[in-house]
Amino acid sequence: MSLVNIFSVSGSAASAQSQRLNVVASNLANADTVAGPDGQAYKARQVVFQTQLMGATGRLGEAANAGVRVSTVSEDQSPGRRVLDPKHPAADADGYVTYSNVNAVDEMVNMISASRSYQNNVEVMNTAKALLQKTLQIGQ
Amino acid sequence: MNAAPIDPLAMYGQALSLRSERQRLLASNIANADTPGYVARDFNFAQALRDATGAGNAGATLAQSQAGHFPAQGGMGSSFALQYATPSQTNLDGNTVDMDRERASFADNAIKYEATLRFINSHVRTMLDAIKGQ
Repeated sequence: MSLVNIFSVSGSAASAQSQRLNVVASNLANADTVAGPDGQAYKARQVVFQTQLMGATGRLGEAANAGVRVSTVSEDQSPGRRVLDPKHPAADADGYVTYSNVNAVDEMVNMISASRSYQNNVEVMNTAKALLQKTLQIGQ
Repeated sequence: MNAAPIDPLAMYGQALSLRSERQRLLASNIANADTPGYVARDFNFAQALRDATGAGNAGATLAQSQAGHFPAQGGMGSSFALQYATPSQTNLDGNTVDMDRERASFADNAIKYEATLRFINSHVRTMLDAIKGQ
């Protein structure tokens, strides 16, 4: 019954995509965060996906069951946005305020991509469910 | 098995099993659409079914050179080669999943899975009708 394995494969992908969506949400929420007393502003995060082989139960061997997991969450090390605003309470000695290095456009693109991939996996699971239900009705 | 006529139900069973394997493979491809370096895989269904039912391909049987050798024929244990998809548009991260193709194959495979189910159901119904004699 390899159709049953589709749920674990697509489920792992949906979970990985929702984690990606979560990271996008925290990046967008922190898009206008200024640097704290330590001079470090929020750094944009990004998830890195990795193929996860799940139990070899099929006739095709291990390669067939390829789920997804988030291997690491990496931080963007590029310098944050610096804006001249001497009246700002968080301004440094030169009058510059350091904001986070989040690029809102990148994050929106990432968000759309993540939600589309999530939908794809949900549809795969729906199809697998419909096929399984029909398989259970064989001979009736 | 090569010479004997193939029992329709046995062949439908093989076809159903291969269809569900392919469905799982395509689901893996769709799941890994955003994984860097993932290579999409698929297999030739017609060839796989021929190998599994032992039809038409005499080369699939192993030679028996010793008296004690078991005859090896196509069937559930036979394996076939998984192939790699060629990307139509290359990707910088090395991922070769073409979502349009994968979705199309997935829908196509789902329909054909259902078709096989109908073949099985109508075969069963025919047998039941023959048994009842009505």
